[in-house]
Amino acid sequence: MNFPGSGIFKGMVVSAINLFGSYFDRAHAKRLITEQYPEERPTLPEASRSFPFLVFDGDPEKGIRCVACKICEKECPPQCILIEQDRDENGKLLRRPKVFNIDISVCMGCQICVESCPFESIRMDNIYEVSSYDRFDSLVLPKEKLLKSNEYYHSIHPTEAAETDARIEAARLKKEAAAKAAAQKMAAAKAAAEAKAAAEQSSQPESQA
Amino acid sequence: MTEADGAGAQTLDVSLGPQHPSTHGVFRMNVRMDGETVVKLQPVFGYLHRNHEKLAEGKSWLGSMPFTDRLDYICPITNNWGYALAVEKLAGIEVPDRAEYIRVIVGEMTRIQNHTAFLGFILGDMGAWGSALMYAFREREKILDLFEGLTGARMMANYMRFGGVRCDLPAGWLEKARAYIETYPAFLDEMEKFLTGNEILLSRLQGVGVMSAERAINGGLSGPVLRASGVDYDIRKVDGYGVYPRLKFRVPRGTVGDCFDRFMLRILEIRESIQILQQAFAQIPQGPILNPAVKTRGFKPPVGEAYGRIEGPKGELGFHLVSDGGEKPYRYHIRPPSLINLTLLEEMCVGTKIADVMVILGSIDIVLGEVDR
Amino acid sequence: MNFIDLLKRIPEICKTPETLPLEGKKLILDFVTWLGSLVGIAVPPWVLTLVNILVVIVAIIAVFLIMFALMSVWERKILARAQNRYGPNRVGPWGLFQPVADGIKMLTKEDIVPRNADKVVHFIAPIVMLVPALILPVLLPYGRGMVAIDLSVGILFFFAVGAGSEVAIFLAGWSSRNKYSILGAMRAIAQMISYELPLVMSAVIVALVAGTLSPTGIVEAQGGYQFGFFPNWFVFTPWGFVACVLFYFSALAESNRSPFDLPEGESELVAGHLTEYSGFKYALFFMAEYVGMFAINGLLVTLFLGGYQAPLPFLTFIPSWCWFFIKLAFLAFSLVWVRATMPRFRIDQMMQFAWKFMLPMSFAALFSAAAWHYAGRGLLGWGISAVLVAIPYFALGYFCFTRHHSADNRRYLFSE
Repeated sequence: MNFPGSGIFKGMVVSAINLFGSYFDRAHAKRLITEQYPEERPTLPEASRSFPFLVFDGDPEKGIRCVACKICEKECPPQCILIEQDRDENGKLLRRPKVFNIDISVCMGCQICVESCPFESIRMDNIYEVSSYDRFDSLVLPKEKLLKSNEYYHSIHPTEAAETDARIEAARLKKEAAAKAAAQKMAAAKAAAEAKAAAEQSSQPESQA
Repeated sequence: MTEADGAGAQTLDVSLGPQHPSTHGVFRMNVRMDGETVVKLQPVFGYLHRNHEKLAEGKSWLGSMPFTDRLDYICPITNNWGYALAVEKLAGIEVPDRAEYIRVIVGEMTRIQNHTAFLGFILGDMGAWGSALMYAFREREKILDLFEGLTGARMMANYMRFGGVRCDLPAGWLEKARAYIETYPAFLDEMEKFLTGNEILLSRLQGVGVMSAERAINGGLSGPVLRASGVDYDIRKVDGYGVYPRLKFRVPRGTVGDCFDRFMLRILEIRESIQILQQAFAQIPQGPILNPAVKTRGFKPPVGEAYGRIEGPKGELGFHLVSDGGEKPYRYHIRPPSLINLTLLEEMCVGTKIADVMVILGSIDIVLGEVDR
Repeated sequence: MNFIDLLKRIPEICKTPETLPLEGKKLILDFVTWLGSLVGIAVPPWVLTLVNILVVIVAIIAVFLIMFALMSVWERKILARAQNRYGPNRVGPWGLFQPVADGIKMLTKEDIVPRNADKVVHFIAPIVMLVPALILPVLLPYGRGMVAIDLSVGILFFFAVGAGSEVAIFLAGWSSRNKYSILGAMRAIAQMISYELPLVMSAVIVALVAGTLSPTGIVEAQGGYQFGFFPNWFVFTPWGFVACVLFYFSALAESNRSPFDLPEGESELVAGHLTEYSGFKYALFFMAEYVGMFAINGLLVTLFLGGYQAPLPFLTFIPSWCWFFIKLAFLAFSLVWVRATMPRFRIDQMMQFAWKFMLPMSFAALFSAAAWHYAGRGLLGWGISAVLVAIPYFALGYFCFTRHHSADNRRYLFSE
């Protein structure tokens, strides 16, 4: 039915439906989807990401996976990562970072550091309450603040963490197997050499005899 | 004021923007008005220039991917797609089937949410007090939630990779998306009931900012703005990139080329996108999502140049890349649909009222992140 | 008379809600007389008159300002719900103290006066805006016998004073020395003068039918019930319905409400004549706009919706002044509802709407009212008058609108 003004009339009906409908939409399903933030918190999806953090296994000092290879520092598009390699007393470079800073006021959460890391050590966090009153001290995260346990990683991204662990485990097994194989090979070679030597020793007297 | 401008009438120069409620960001128009009628209009932009193209020349090939999110920040995933497509063309990379389907799914969902947001924005430009905008954003929010579940971020997705996509669909995502898209036509019907018959809206949109097909082609327009003028040109059909040739869909086009046609075309395109999505949901195969031959670190395409383009929600989004065989692009150029569509703004606006300028600008659907780069 | 007697009267007054405000006023006057007797003097009559006036002024200003405060939060709530948001809900229960917070914010804001502004006029404009707006409510009958000044030419006076706000808007726009402001002021003048015509025309019809220009007389003319249950309000006659709708839209335009908010059209003119106003001056404009809006909608209630009359005979036990405010609240709600739905007119379309549609329609309603009157104000007259407004409505609707704009005449082609 079309009479002059019917379009406006239909529009009024739609806005009235929305007006009263929003009072009967308690589950935030259809109309009233606002989450009232400090009281209600969003359930973040597993994939949700915000800023990077460093994973450690067991002990934060010894278990740090990062080896300060600086690949992420190089790959980071906005260049918000600063890494300094640690040295021991003799000035020899160690395979761990002394300084690992991420400036999260610059970081854009692109996840490229995560993808480029060959040691599965940097991962995306899902924190979102990082606002503060100063720009520098509280937004440049040092190593101490970045280090988070593998258990924490499991708690925020279970699927991804399980995959990572499986990969690390596989790599470890492979390495062990390789080491074992190498050891076996070496042992076998040694045994063979010994056997040969023994054989030679044993054969020599025979020949002498 | 000169004699030639307004037959001796006193004209008024107003600088609309860069801070103005409805210039869609930091856009400025120097408008010369005779009363309320626009005599001359000069767009000024560049306030949001972020040196995107030059920055990309200093980054690795992959390093520019997150920056493309920020071009047209309403639809980041299609920007990713355009860039990935250009690099794949440059390096001759094959994309696995599943990845192509995922791209179509997220790309069409991006188109849907962009066009939905457009419906709200143009109503805002017309002076409605945000109801249509809030309804549009309500639905857009649900699509963004799906994006967050898939890519980890609502807007800055950084999802495409050369030779595929970054991560596979999480368990249950496809079902959720399918269930949501099934509810979408009902929302569109509500929106159409709310808007398309409204007499004020009709009189504000019809016959305003008419653009002939010939001028639209000459001006290099693309996307819904071009098709509203009656030109049948959709890169999804013309180039047939991705798996679009396998999907059945129609390309709508208008007959008049005014703001109302541009408005309606968005609604029709959403309906077509829903068709595409339903087919893609049904056809998506299992398999790898990333071409294993492509390295994440130290990716070096061969020497050469390529122009990859896609049909973005706003029009033809093209990336022209030149490689010298190194880790970084030698030249990186973007053809942003918003900027090119904006070139005919003055032509559409002169002779209309000042209130129409906002509607015409809204009907072009620009995003300043893309115009200024 | 003593104080105890006065106190004893309070429960008595409260038992008769119909006349509660009137009796309350009498009580205050008696209290003043008693105060005089305390000091041992007979209170002269002029003091009593003065007190009477003051009581009325205070009551009207208090009621309307409280309504303004409530409306400002209620409007935001309704608008938010219509847009599927929550609206203000942080200050106090359900956000009820939001007006207090807004008031504090407004008063503590810096009062910016542009360097090139005409400072005196810039200062005067909000006052010029507020004063007529506060005079208007004086003329409305809120209940039986509850009218501050029962002018026999009340309607005329209402429009005469109401036109003052146009001057204020132009003062504001001109003195700001801002291009947006002056454009907004120009729009406001054009709009308000154009819409004054259908506004006055539709009121004139009622005045003719009721045979009086006094608001109280018009309300009394709408008393009684047809067939014992159907109220004799003018809105239930065809001409009255048309005139009511015309009056409603003209009132929207007069009070610069959406979809006629062109003078402050946000998407084009930033804030129009209010662009350069801040702090308390802005609050005054805001207040004047809302009080003016209540006043003109109160007039609509008076003219068409039966004023303080109850809609059904068995509902008469609810005091008449309650009915007035219930109707006013419903209108206020509808204003927000309209605002939530419609986009804004363009300036030329708005003028066309006023001159080519609303003015002819108001003439049609005039003829229709005449036919209704001369056909004996019965069902026959009802039928004739319905035809007399329907024909021009569809004809004007077609020639002014459908002929040019329709969603049905568009074709969209699809290519596979």
